Amino acid sequence: MDQLSNPLARARGLGSAGSGVRHWWMQRLSALLLLPLSLWFVVSLLVMSRREYLELLQWLQAPLTATLLLTLLLALYYHALLGLQVVIEDYMDGPVSKIILLLLVKGVLLLAAVASLLALAGLFLSGRTAG
Amino acid sequence: MNPAHRPVSPHLQIYQPQITSVLSITHRATGVFLSLGLLFIPCWLFTVLAGPQQYAALQAHLGAWYGQLVLVAFAFSFFYHLCNGVRHLFWDAGLGFSLPVVYRSGYATLFVSVILTLLSIYIAQS
Repeated sequence: MDQLSNPLARARGLGSAGSGVRHWWMQRLSALLLLPLSLWFVVSLLVMSRREYLELLQWLQAPLTATLLLTLLLALYYHALLGLQVVIEDYMDGPVSKIILLLLVKGVLLLAAVASLLALAGLFLSGRTAG
Repeated sequence: MNPAHRPVSPHLQIYQPQITSVLSITHRATGVFLSLGLLFIPCWLFTVLAGPQQYAALQAHLGAWYGQLVLVAFAFSFFYHLCNGVRHLFWDAGLGFSLPVVYRSGYATLFVSVILTLLSIYIAQS
């Protein structure tokens, strides 16, 4: 038994991915953040599905909506990335296919996130200038 | 044995499906499905930005039977992942680990997510 290093130092770097405490913790933190934000978003979508186009546009252009939606999307893409990473690490065998699929998923998520932020910025700015 | 051909654990096929394991894999499945929905968010936002005609065209697709089917699937996945996620957060805090409680919270998760899905269908239709 190696008693010279403390238990935390021995636990660090173990597991199939080689790391994990930070990943595990950030997954929980983003989940906590998403709990109220995603509920707000889904309820808003349900309400907005019955409204006219102009009302939806004005809702998306409001500073409060833009702020909450931007925060939601950042947390959402991050949470999805962490979750998909675990699924890939658990079910893909072979380090090469694992890394290739992980990079592919990360790339697609990054593109979708950037596109979403760009669209959100466009909506927000269109409300300021044309208004 | 060649490391590449070693059997991989767990051998899911030989297990009797239980409510606990089925709910657990459903959490992952709904998570992956919801991630696919993330690809739709930029399309939706850009369509709103494009103008009322483009938005009406999208609404027509979402209003058709296949669009409604996908939306209901997303609604259930969302509510299920949310409820079961709360269950996981309680476990992370060290609460609700006894087998009877795990079973009860499992059935409660299923029940609440079905109710919330039906409720959102009702809100969207009315």
